[in-house]
Amino acid sequence: MTAHELAARLAGRKLSSAELTRSFFERIKKLEERVKAFVTLDETGALAQAAEADRRLKSKEHVTPLTGIPIAVKDNMCTKGLRTTCSSKILTDYHPPYDATVVARLKAAGAVIIGKTNLDEFAMGSSTENSAFQITHNPWNLAAVPGGSSGGSAAAVAAGEAVIALGSDTGGSIRQPAAFCGVVGLKPTYGRVSRYGLVAFASSLDQIGPITRDVTDCALLLNLLAGHDPLDTTSVEAPVPDYRRVLAGGIKKLKVGLISDLMGNGIDREVKAAVKKAADLFARLGAEVIEVSLPTLEYAVATYYLIAPAEASSNLARYDGVKFGYRNKEAKDLISMYYSTRREGFGAEVKRRIMLGTYALSAGYYDAYYLKALKVRTLIKRDFDRAFDRCDALLSPAAPTVAFKTGEKTDDPLSMYLSDIATIPVNLAGLPALSLPCGFSRGLPIGLQIIGRAFDEETILRAAFTYEQNTEWHKAQANV
Amino acid sequence: MANMKHETVIGLEVHAQLLTESKMFCSCPNKFGAPPNTNICPVCTGQPGSLPVTNKKAVELAIKTALALNCRIEPSSVFARKHYFYPDLPKDYQISQYEQPLATGGWLEIEIDGQVKKIGITRVHLEEDAGKLVHVGAARIMGAEESLVDFNRTGTPLMEIVSEPDLRSPREAAAYTETLANLLRYLGVCDAKMEEGSLRCDANLSLRPAGETKFGTKTEVKNMNSFRAIEKALAAEEKRHAEVLAEGGQVVQETRFFDDVTETTSGMRGKEFAHDYRYFPEPDLVPLEPPAKWTEEIKNGIGELPRTVIARYMKEYELSREWADFLVYHELTGCLEGALKIYKTKPFNYARWLIVELPSFIAELNKEAAEKSNINKAKSELPHPWVIEDAAEKAAEDNYKKNIEVSGKSLPKLNLTPAKLAEIEKLIDGGTLSYKIAKTVLFAAIKTGKELAAIIAQQGLTQISDEGELLKVAREVVKNNPRQAEQYKGGKEAVMMFFVGQMMKATKGRANPELAAKMLKQALS
Ligand SMILES: [Zn+2]
Repeated sequence: MTAHELAARLAGRKLSSAELTRSFFERIKKLEERVKAFVTLDETGALAQAAEADRRLKSKEHVTPLTGIPIAVKDNMCTKGLRTTCSSKILTDYHPPYDATVVARLKAAGAVIIGKTNLDEFAMGSSTENSAFQITHNPWNLAAVPGGSSGGSAAAVAAGEAVIALGSDTGGSIRQPAAFCGVVGLKPTYGRVSRYGLVAFASSLDQIGPITRDVTDCALLLNLLAGHDPLDTTSVEAPVPDYRRVLAGGIKKLKVGLISDLMGNGIDREVKAAVKKAADLFARLGAEVIEVSLPTLEYAVATYYLIAPAEASSNLARYDGVKFGYRNKEAKDLISMYYSTRREGFGAEVKRRIMLGTYALSAGYYDAYYLKALKVRTLIKRDFDRAFDRCDALLSPAAPTVAFKTGEKTDDPLSMYLSDIATIPVNLAGLPALSLPCGFSRGLPIGLQIIGRAFDEETILRAAFTYEQNTEWHKAQANV
Repeated sequence: MANMKHETVIGLEVHAQLLTESKMFCSCPNKFGAPPNTNICPVCTGQPGSLPVTNKKAVELAIKTALALNCRIEPSSVFARKHYFYPDLPKDYQISQYEQPLATGGWLEIEIDGQVKKIGITRVHLEEDAGKLVHVGAARIMGAEESLVDFNRTGTPLMEIVSEPDLRSPREAAAYTETLANLLRYLGVCDAKMEEGSLRCDANLSLRPAGETKFGTKTEVKNMNSFRAIEKALAAEEKRHAEVLAEGGQVVQETRFFDDVTETTSGMRGKEFAHDYRYFPEPDLVPLEPPAKWTEEIKNGIGELPRTVIARYMKEYELSREWADFLVYHELTGCLEGALKIYKTKPFNYARWLIVELPSFIAELNKEAAEKSNINKAKSELPHPWVIEDAAEKAAEDNYKKNIEVSGKSLPKLNLTPAKLAEIEKLIDGGTLSYKIAKTVLFAAIKTGKELAAIIAQQGLTQISDEGELLKVAREVVKNNPRQAEQYKGGKEAVMMFFVGQMMKATKGRANPELAAKMLKQALS
């Protein structure tokens, strides 16, 4: 069931939030052994929040569309007093002294936070296999990965372990797992949602966004998340529309561009076919569909793997054993404490990226790598600008393939990195994009990516909603 | 001497802690002396997920300084991350400014032996301070059994002012720093106490053959904790360079620490790390783009700069250079001008209160406070379990708590307002108080916070100007001193001074001196 359906039942007092929350914990107990979506479950906290939500629903005071709705939060967003690990050994016992802005907003809205979901360590990965604690499985096929890094959140929603979830997206970490798990995932425009309390991976790329069963829930959750936050100066003071109200209205005359560069080599045949079919449906529904080319996209992955690791190497410096998190207690002096703490506390992929980023920022290499990458980033942005001179929205696959098998790419980082080829350019350009189900291949969901102009989440939500109203893909349920 | 053939080239980097209410990137109080780790929050302790928000007041103070230093305020400046691992740096990077600073290209005029010299200012930028370490079992982190970190100071707003290599002697360097410190204090942006570390100075020094335009190899000198130390440290380093060069050697580029006791500099022990700070633009902060209108407002708020005020006071107010300096650099001009506006008298009269009497009032108050605190200290003195990194810093901290300073900032604490100064001058001019009594009254007012009138009434301190009453006292005095009366009558007019003194004694200083003399003459005739 979706949040908007449940909200009606909660408001009508046909169901209490406590009953709803308990039913979700029962389901989690049944399924979690197979899915492993959660790093931490907080039944006590959730039931207390549910009781509070029921009081609000009963008194009809401060009732929001999310009051009483069970939600899962990716474990890289700070929850006051509730363990926040980033699926890293180095933060195994970290209990934040504060709530992330998005978490504070959820709490204020009366949502029920049921737990923290698994991710690739520090959100670095595309399969949720880089977790220090567990591997999350795809509810559609337990032998396949759920995508990543928000694999826990996407799997939880797909498996019915949570109604909705929060993910974060640095290079596709919301959209790619949403595609792999057959749910809706939106990465808002950079600056649309506060990053305060999101444990930083790559600060200039990170955005928090919704992972939901349908587009309406996506709009509802975005309504809550979007808006300026004085604690994050990169969040923008742009007006926030009521996204749910703009869903209807259709896509007649909407100019939609199918990105030809993401419909060629390296993209699975059946994925291409599904996306092509989706584009045809857009045309039938009244949109004007054209082909567009963004020639600089071929440099996007390389650019991303300089900028993101460079920022990560800086953001992750603070995990040094001094203030919080894991510390090697045997170390006899400062330098050896730094070395051993970080050697033991971080996993292989995180260390790989810290080294990559440190190198890219080093004296003598900065200009050739980091600065050059920033320049290419500008060119990619320009390519998108040009495309948006002709189009209102762009279409592409959300991922080049459907979910791959667990373990299939763990030894081949490059091929793993390429699974974000369609999503990474969007982060580099800071644009909003969502993924929604558009078909199946070998029993696994295919994701359609719709990209919009900066701060125009409205258009892509409306396009997605129109598409969803005319297809049945979102109604399919994973049978765990 | 070898350095006769050489020219000394010095450039200074001055770090000034800004006088803001809150820290550079969070809302924690920017305060000195709180218990360890009490003024902290997720931002200044570098908690995962926390983000910096730039303190607008800090930007304002830096712009104010930059404008006073004739700098160009950059329309867009960028914060950058400077990386190095150290336990007092919670994020293991410092947010600073690197390629695009807040302001560039200004100058500061200094005076040496009556000659004015313009020293170029390369840049003014903003950054955050680090925390403080306390070590157990050793003075430094290496070899310590245990080290504790206090994050109270972490995130304190710092302004860095970098000079051009325009200074040509250690004396010039000291004069530059002192002039700059005075300016910062005058602008109210920094209390500029080198001994307490609110103003810190690093120097780059090199020597080159006279006439040469290329720079020689420089060394960086650190740990100079007073203006005097700057002069001594740089003189020692200058001498060392000259000796190395005289022997045909080469100066090694390195950082050297000044030892206040031996008055020499020494290189860092062990291998020097070649730091690669891996600067890159801080992605968590948008570029700083101060609106031109705001900059203009700040500029208008600066008013006259010290050099202009001093010149005006000397010319218009007929004050000496020393007095004008004192008023300006102790931030007492506001009080003086305020008093003049309320009651017009010779500026000298107000200046005298502020320059001559105020310091003695304060000395008296501090003495009383010290006596009190000595008693308390004796009670609480226990051996300390740990070594503080800088004992002088601790001592300074203690002093700071009890000492009131001769400064415009202390005036509110002393209940001394321009209105009070104006009132006391009015009372003197109107003949109600003698200067001597006025001093007693003002000190009592400062000490108790009471109004002048209340003190005068309570202690009955009004000057006696009633001729009848004074004549009565005069007759009494003459009667009690027949011998002196005879002398006076015999033509020894100097005895009059003795009689006036006796009058004062009899009236407890309240007699109007002129009238007293007049009445005495009457009584003696
Ligand atoms: Zn703070």
